[in-house]
Amino acid sequence: MKTILFSTVAVAMAASLALADGHSVVRMGTEGAYPPYNFINDAGEIDGFEREVGDELCKRAELTCEWVKNDWDSIIPNLVSSNYDTIIAGMSITDERDEVIDFTQDYFPPTASAYVGAAEAADWEKGVVAAQTATIQAGHIASSGATLVEFATPEETVAAVRNGEADAVFADADYLAPLVEASGGGLVFIGPDVPLGGGVGMGLRESDSELKEKFDAAITSMKKDGSLNTLLVKWFGEATAQY
Amino acid sequence: MFSYCIEPDALATFQWLTCYLTTGVHFSFYLSFLNVLGILAVTAPIALSFGFFGAIAARSQIVPLSLLGKGYIAVVRGVPDIAFFLFFVIALDQGFEWLRHQALCPNWTDPIRQGNDFLVCPRAKLPLGTAPQTVHQLYAYGLAIITFALVFGAFAANVIFGAMLAVPKAQLETAEAYGMSQHQIFWRILVPQMWIYALPGLSNLWQILIKATPLLFLLGIEDVVYWARELGGTKTARFTSFPHGDWRMWYFLALLIFYLFMTWSSEKFLKKIMQKLTKGQDMAGTAMSTTRDFS
Repeated sequence: MKTILFSTVAVAMAASLALADGHSVVRMGTEGAYPPYNFINDAGEIDGFEREVGDELCKRAELTCEWVKNDWDSIIPNLVSSNYDTIIAGMSITDERDEVIDFTQDYFPPTASAYVGAAEAADWEKGVVAAQTATIQAGHIASSGATLVEFATPEETVAAVRNGEADAVFADADYLAPLVEASGGGLVFIGPDVPLGGGVGMGLRESDSELKEKFDAAITSMKKDGSLNTLLVKWFGEATAQY
Repeated sequence: MFSYCIEPDALATFQWLTCYLTTGVHFSFYLSFLNVLGILAVTAPIALSFGFFGAIAARSQIVPLSLLGKGYIAVVRGVPDIAFFLFFVIALDQGFEWLRHQALCPNWTDPIRQGNDFLVCPRAKLPLGTAPQTVHQLYAYGLAIITFALVFGAFAANVIFGAMLAVPKAQLETAEAYGMSQHQIFWRILVPQMWIYALPGLSNLWQILIKATPLLFLLGIEDVVYWARELGGTKTARFTSFPHGDWRMWYFLALLIFYLFMTWSSEKFLKKIMQKLTKGQDMAGTAMSTTRDFS
């Protein structure tokens, strides 16, 4: 009896050992609140540009991937403590973030950030400007002459302009464009576009260089055969920057 | 869900609403109510026992035990909840993984801390990297329950500690005069009588616990407030078949009703318990003033 029990335990342990070998499942962390990059669709699933790019990258790198939703505020701490393996959440590559985590090459060209206000006359230079916490846009506003108000989600930054709490919102132009388009004149682009950041890349732990190489190679191959451009046009329109 | 939902734009308001409210994402919202209720149902008794044993430890004659109990009450109550939820949970998770790492991978030579990264061997990961998402979710629930129980246990310990002091000394002295041992006095005289002093404080804690669930999203659990915010936010026609403006107000109104209902039903329930606990108890003095709110 004892030997049977013992051998069962041994088999179970061997099985779990085999399963636990390396990155058999790569967990992809995203925010799910930043269309068209990533959002939750009607079926309750993660959808968007990054969902399609991520799935394609995993296919090319021959990885099994699983999608995980995480709050933007704690998205980097949860990556470095290994609760998931990548961040694919419209995160711009910046020097500050690069000190804490690693980035793949960009899969989205350096973006323009833009101001949106309720009217043309809104004061984006000296007024109150809304931006999402811990973004390059918030960093930019903090060092400009405007007063920064920060919100945890992108949705709230735009709502602040709608209800008059802020004069303008400063965010990725690609996030704002569909909202301006759907507002029927309630929201307008104001001021100049500001190029910020070094493009959007996938965030990984600094120690995970093997996984980084795999994704880098997959992104290169998507850039080469034009499939990345196809997805960029599909989600961001003809006018978007391409590779 | 319904067959006519394929072209939502063409529908009349009522039918449109029936389609809108039965999308997959709305079912995630409805499910989050059950999740929250489930977490509350498990957390409350665990927090109460943390509080009970915390209070016993704090009033112990043995100095280290009493210091431990008092330290727990003081430290946990002093740390802001949000800090506790951001850092303690990650530290707890890493603590578990570190222990498993020591036990399962004794021959591992790479350092666990590499710069900012926390890396244990793949076998020590909790849950394993290969585990399905449901296991990850359950693990997150477990961490949430432990953290909630620790935080609210400290408050409960303080309430119970005070309630134990509020039991009239004469009761305990009489018990002693009857020849009861310290053990008997504690379990037969002190504990049954302290509940009515503890209950008003504990019911406050329960109400606060109900409303603290939005903190769950910091732990990756999608609670009712997260979904209300997510679903109520502006939806443009490009990304959904059901575009709408900023409807957060309506979603939060629904939450308000939910929370009011929770408050109302727990008040009713607590009133019942109070009646039961005060049965046959001497209601003179302070006990009277505490119970008045409930009668």
